[in-house]
Amino acid sequence: MRKGMAISTLQKPSQEAKRKALRKNVLGWSLMAPALVFMLLFTVYPVIRSFYLGMTDYSLGMEAPVFIGFHNYMKLAGTALFWKVVRNTLYFALLTVFPSMALGLGLALLVNRSTKTVGFLRVGYFYPVVMPMIAAASIWSFIYMSNNGLWDQFLRSIGGQPMDVLSSKTTVLPAMAIMYVWKEAGYLMVFFLSGIQSISPELMEAAKLDGASHGQVFHRIMLPLLGPTTLFVTSIEFTNCFKLVDHVMIMTEGAPNNYSTLLLYYIYQQGFTNFNYGISNALTVIMLLFLLAVSLPRFFSQDRKIYYS
Amino acid sequence: MKVRKRDINKHIITILAVLLAVLWLIPFIWLVGTAFTKASYNMTLFPTTPFTFENFKYVWNAVPFGRYYINTLILVVVTFSVQFVTSTLAAYALAVLPVKGKAIVYVIIFMQIIIPNDVLIMPNYMTIADLGLTDTKLGIMLPFFGSALEIFLLRQHFKTIPHALSEAAKLDGANTWQTIWRVYVPCSKPAYMSFAVVSVSYHWNNYLWPLILTRSPSNRTLTVGLAIFAKSKEANMQWANVCAATLIIIAPLLIAFLFLQKQFIESFVGAGVKE
Amino acid sequence: MHKNKFRLLSLALSGAFAAASLAGCGSGANNSNGTAAPAVSETSKAVSTDENSSGTDGGGDTIDLTCYYPVNVGGDTANIIDGMVDEFNKSQSKIHVKSVYSGNYDDTVTALQTAKAGGNPPELFISLATQRFTMASTNMAMPLDDLIANDPDGKTYIDDFLDGFMVDSYVDGKIYSIPFQRSTEILYYNKDAFKEVGLDPDSPPTTWEELADYAVKLTNSKRYGVGIALNSGSAQWTFTGFCLQNSKNGENLMSDDGKKVFFNTKENVEALQFWLDLQNKYKCMATGIVQWTDLPTQFLSGDVAMIYHTTGNMANISSNATFDFGACYLPGHVRQAAPTGGGNFYITKGISEEKQQAAWEFIKFMTDTERAAKWSVATGYVPVRKSCFETDTIKDYYSSIPQAKVAYDQLENATIGCELTTYNAAEIWRVLNDNIQSAVIGDATAQQALDNAQKEATEVLEDYQ
Repeated sequence: MRKGMAISTLQKPSQEAKRKALRKNVLGWSLMAPALVFMLLFTVYPVIRSFYLGMTDYSLGMEAPVFIGFHNYMKLAGTALFWKVVRNTLYFALLTVFPSMALGLGLALLVNRSTKTVGFLRVGYFYPVVMPMIAAASIWSFIYMSNNGLWDQFLRSIGGQPMDVLSSKTTVLPAMAIMYVWKEAGYLMVFFLSGIQSISPELMEAAKLDGASHGQVFHRIMLPLLGPTTLFVTSIEFTNCFKLVDHVMIMTEGAPNNYSTLLLYYIYQQGFTNFNYGISNALTVIMLLFLLAVSLPRFFSQDRKIYYS
Repeated sequence: MKVRKRDINKHIITILAVLLAVLWLIPFIWLVGTAFTKASYNMTLFPTTPFTFENFKYVWNAVPFGRYYINTLILVVVTFSVQFVTSTLAAYALAVLPVKGKAIVYVIIFMQIIIPNDVLIMPNYMTIADLGLTDTKLGIMLPFFGSALEIFLLRQHFKTIPHALSEAAKLDGANTWQTIWRVYVPCSKPAYMSFAVVSVSYHWNNYLWPLILTRSPSNRTLTVGLAIFAKSKEANMQWANVCAATLIIIAPLLIAFLFLQKQFIESFVGAGVKE
Repeated sequence: MHKNKFRLLSLALSGAFAAASLAGCGSGANNSNGTAAPAVSETSKAVSTDENSSGTDGGGDTIDLTCYYPVNVGGDTANIIDGMVDEFNKSQSKIHVKSVYSGNYDDTVTALQTAKAGGNPPELFISLATQRFTMASTNMAMPLDDLIANDPDGKTYIDDFLDGFMVDSYVDGKIYSIPFQRSTEILYYNKDAFKEVGLDPDSPPTTWEELADYAVKLTNSKRYGVGIALNSGSAQWTFTGFCLQNSKNGENLMSDDGKKVFFNTKENVEALQFWLDLQNKYKCMATGIVQWTDLPTQFLSGDVAMIYHTTGNMANISSNATFDFGACYLPGHVRQAAPTGGGNFYITKGISEEKQQAAWEFIKFMTDTERAAKWSVATGYVPVRKSCFETDTIKDYYSSIPQAKVAYDQLENATIGCELTTYNAAEIWRVLNDNIQSAVIGDATAQQALDNAQKEATEVLEDYQ
């Protein structure tokens, strides 16, 4: 584009060209305006607003927010619950992101073969993706139900003790993570599948002809070439994971003793059941920092693309 | 010898893959079985009680799902239609026109991509309240009318459309508006398809934002209706009814997925990976 | 000041948006406004009254009211309320009420507060009696004393409500709400299981000791002796009962003005310790967090022999039990006691006098003696008025399901205390429930848990001291 412009200005360095450029600018901005207005109002403005309200004392029944600087953040830093929520959120992310990616890659390898079963496999692995989280959570809360639930019944049938996974502090997040991995692995599968399919088959064949085993092909060729996909998927997955909240509302409401309270649920609880708007906005700002941190890899990967091309 | 070993391996992998898929399907098998059989006190993986439509009948009468269906459809269709227009225009400007200050727009686009609307519930709720739009469908949809993801997708696609095509249209006397709708849009069907699938399934499945915004059955979505029903207290052997309700709300997308498997899957890849 | 600036900005942006939507997406806006369309009116009874209102809005003389109501007991209750509202709308032509089912109690509070923030709250609503301090302090509800005083029957009307319920209507000496869907907790027990282990099915446990003793006998590999729901939102209610039972003079968990809590008294620590003992020492109660909603099902399926639950479940249990079941007072300790709970009518603050009067008429209609009696029979809630017990409706009901009368007798004979009621009620509930859970899962002793709850709750209530 820039090249084109340069040429045209060289050819006609006149008033008219300037006017033309101006007209195109006006046209361009007015075409972008409708989308831009909504993005400003619901992405940029709320970020600014949260930064401001996060520094105010503001709760239900108050006429206007009162500026208090970083008091909300200090207050949060001083409560054990806040740190518990941060720990839960990070722990849950670790429990979901890497397992679901590993599984997604595994499923992709399984599906990346032309056999008669491929259609069935694809449906089987992918169908949870098109379900709403609250539907998945409703189903799984029955699976995990104490004693009478499918999981506890299964344990008893093989001679074990019922676990009542949702009410134990050690199992509640892993149990939720399993549900999420079940739901998400199919989604990640398709990314890896498209990654694998973009690797040239000649390369793989050549390697095989050179006597490389399946394992070697996977390690030496596939994995390195899937690097960009992996980096990208990691970043998306962390973002997806931080915005998860529906399952907490359905399955546990944070029980037991907030061992399953995640950051977004805490934001919701502070804002919409306790009506502490100031604290809720401060937590939103903290969430934004989390999101920024996990999005950095995307910056780097784009930098790298530019570097290479 | 070696060949035979490979064959055996292949079979083992196939069996493993099928077993895994069956494992993946267990929740769904249970869901369907439970929804269509008489409620019993003991949950079982496979139905042990007679087939019945009772659960559906009960749920349909207890919860205004018909209304929720219509609400959800309206939200999904209107949201996508508006996104279609706003994103097409913006993407055209970004891809084709020499506009000064584009960088700012890219920053905003990138901002929305890394900050999903879901986490901005608190400030966005306040904005919707300031506008007096709580408990309205417009309020639920408004934050999604400017979609960074779709703009980006379309921009990528528009860039691949040869300039010659639009030049030819211009020679035929088409203005910018006509060029967009006659050249760029028809040439980008896959991109639109991709975004349609992602947008529709996102809004069909979205829960938290409509939950916060709606207070009356006239605006509630299917997901909110399901959650309220599933959480309602003191129901008895509620799994049968909840399964029926769950099936009611997931059926349309699941059926669409069964028929359009490839499009669904490609759409998700398209909307995600090509950033 | 700052807020104004932000408002300005958002106004400016919304102006821009309006222009944009006119240009590009007018159809979207139109569609969404038009969706209160009549096309869906038949889809469910639950929204029927909601629909009617749009038809009658045009009539110049009618006063239109909106009433939010929560339903905490199954799906049919919504239809019963809507039916009663319909009846009211047909009984006269001046007032038209639109009833809006707003989810469970928590959802309703959220809906109310967000409606208020949005500037269009309903004229009246049903909410927990325990929300009254919050409703008063956030200017959501208005005192009803003037309406009562201006009503010639006002005093007799108020005096007819059961005292145990009416005490939960006062904030700073003023009446803020009218009892409507009120419940209390009773013990349901499985008589067949009692017989099976050699217990007399007609003498259920009356003390904590007996409760533990019987529960141990009733416990086997397939069944627990006793069940108590420990999930957030339910544990605090049952806990109130245990604390009252262990109190010297019927002291509740909080002060009458809702500004102080007394979580960590010696008596309350003992009460919590008793719960822990049922789980860990006597092993006659399931460990972990049993859900309130799951408990009746576990009882009906024979997995638990005795459960602490609301009278609101009487209809469900009596119609689904495949065994002989009994209901009795909650076992006492130092004293016989039980907690009350449930919802009251409130009128929104700041509406016109005309509307206040109309809302008052509606509340009186809904709590009319005969109607309250029928409401009680249909749902299992306790009749809220003394005169209800003179009606044939209630008399017939009690003779056909004698277990239902237990709730009323208990209200008459035991120490009655309201469920935990304070300012910022939702947050204080959460504090107590979280800490009870921390003891249940073994993170803290009973003493540590309640000490911590006391500390956290005191911080929340600091502003009101």
